[in-house]
Amino acid sequence: MTGRALASRAAGLTVAWRLAAFRTGGFPLLPTLILVTLALVAIFADALAPWDPELGSLGDRFLPPAWQARGSLEHLLGTDHLGRDVFSRLVFGARVSLVVGFTAVIVAGVLGTALGILSGYLGGWVDQVIMRVTDTWLALPALTFAIFLAAIVGPSESNIVIILAAVYWTRYARVIRGEVLSLKERDFVRLAIVAGCSKRAIMRRHILPNVLNSAIVLGTLMLGVVVVAEASLSFLGVGVPPPKPAWGLMLADGKKGLMAGYWWLTVLPGTCIMLLVLSANLLGDWLRVKLDPQLRQL
Amino acid sequence: MKRYLLARAGFALVSLVLLSVTIFAFVRLTGDPAVLLTEPGASPEDLVLIRQQFGLDRPLWVQYGSFVAHLARGDFGQSFYYRTDVLDLYLSRLPASLLLAAVAMAFSLVIGIPTGVIAAVRVNGWWDSAGKIFALLGLSLPSFWVGLLLILFFSVFLGWLPSSGSGSLLHVLMPAFALGWYFAAAHMRLTRSSMLEVLGSEYVKLARLKGLPEALVIAKHALKNALIPVLTLAGINLVLMVNVAVVVETVFAWPGVGRLLYEGITARDFPIVQATVLLGGAMIVVVNFLVDVLYAVIDPRIRYDR
Repeated sequence: MTGRALASRAAGLTVAWRLAAFRTGGFPLLPTLILVTLALVAIFADALAPWDPELGSLGDRFLPPAWQARGSLEHLLGTDHLGRDVFSRLVFGARVSLVVGFTAVIVAGVLGTALGILSGYLGGWVDQVIMRVTDTWLALPALTFAIFLAAIVGPSESNIVIILAAVYWTRYARVIRGEVLSLKERDFVRLAIVAGCSKRAIMRRHILPNVLNSAIVLGTLMLGVVVVAEASLSFLGVGVPPPKPAWGLMLADGKKGLMAGYWWLTVLPGTCIMLLVLSANLLGDWLRVKLDPQLRQL
Repeated sequence: MKRYLLARAGFALVSLVLLSVTIFAFVRLTGDPAVLLTEPGASPEDLVLIRQQFGLDRPLWVQYGSFVAHLARGDFGQSFYYRTDVLDLYLSRLPASLLLAAVAMAFSLVIGIPTGVIAAVRVNGWWDSAGKIFALLGLSLPSFWVGLLLILFFSVFLGWLPSSGSGSLLHVLMPAFALGWYFAAAHMRLTRSSMLEVLGSEYVKLARLKGLPEALVIAKHALKNALIPVLTLAGINLVLMVNVAVVVETVFAWPGVGRLLYEGITARDFPIVQATVLLGGAMIVVVNFLVDVLYAVIDPRIRYDR
């Protein structure tokens, strides 16, 4: 291949890459649009879904999407093994994924940030205890640990949030502690000490605002991780309990029709997960570069 | 050297203790361990009996002591379903998991290292962009969904590969790819950044000044050094693969430890679940320790520093 042909191919792909990431001037427009759309779908799920996501009719089992033979416009994206409308379940699934994902990320973030600040600022034995626990928990394979916890407490939506938060707070604690270690040597903190601020006031008013950026960047990146974890738990039967319409659960159900070639039950829920996770990751990457130069190495 | 090793060994030991405390505490804080340790559907009298038999009426620290003593003797309890020692079960499933991990690792290195090198040599070129997309997808797609799509395409539509089970080389291909993609992405990213660093170093400049052909500079001088962190990560990842393969093994009915964990969940066979988590965590602690030791052997700065 000639150099010019290679160069034009390179240019073509870079354009494709930019379009995929929709990096118009750096801002990831398409991922943001996808996230906003998913959020709107989750909020207005009741208005958007034409059918009850948990009720099916056994006469309409395994109907294909409307554009295939045997498909009907009544069930735009087909039906599953119980005759439930796939489109309606996907719409309500967005609500489950986003609610579980966001709450878990926020709970883990608050816990991890608080412990990271305490550990970094107080030092001494507090630091030792928190960091040893953090290291040990980080060593545990996250998914296996989550499965273990789910096996103990039993599956429910609120338990999933608690489990995911209990597993993932360590990621925040590590990073935030590192930042606090350098922040506490800075002049504004020293001045605050000289001015007689209490430790609590320093941590809350001087340290916390300075680590919030990092916590937000981490949170965005963690959203993808948490959504995949929730889907995996649901897929294994220890996540969101049936008949709730969670995407991971839909994939588990879809496996029943996989060998018969009912592709829509596998392809569609997975595509939804992919869109959400990919968007969160692209937005997180952008935020990382934008908000926090220190985290670029992550 | 001795002091450094002792410190690392002590650190690993503390991690193991904390691991056992974590598991022990969670079982007791979040529910009644007697319910978890008896088979589903046990009567209240059975529960009382179990509490006495396992000493759950004793003080917590005594309970913890006997818990650890059992673990140290390799006694992880009995499976309700299989009626055998959980450790034996785990060890009988381990070879299958290691085989899957080894093939997945081969995939991830064969894909990850060359693409990483090319991406570093031609920054912002065609390969670099393609590699970025490949890595982004690998890090974003849930591995079990990749597995389901592979089954749909290669088993159902094309009929080329068996959809589940084990036994032949063909069986391992799809689960290994589904598992390996994520790690291929990680290895690619690390190869790229490590290669970029080495390519900017003095000795690579010297090799170029000597007039060596660029291919030789990259292959002999740069790649050799750039690979050290990649191979270290690969070593850790091999153990990690065994432990994150739960969903992939479930999708493909691959008879490894991940599948054992899944069976443990569905049959409410708690000893299996507990043992899998404990052994998985312990494996990772040990490997991290070995990596620390290896680094000390390779790099004198670490040895004499502390």
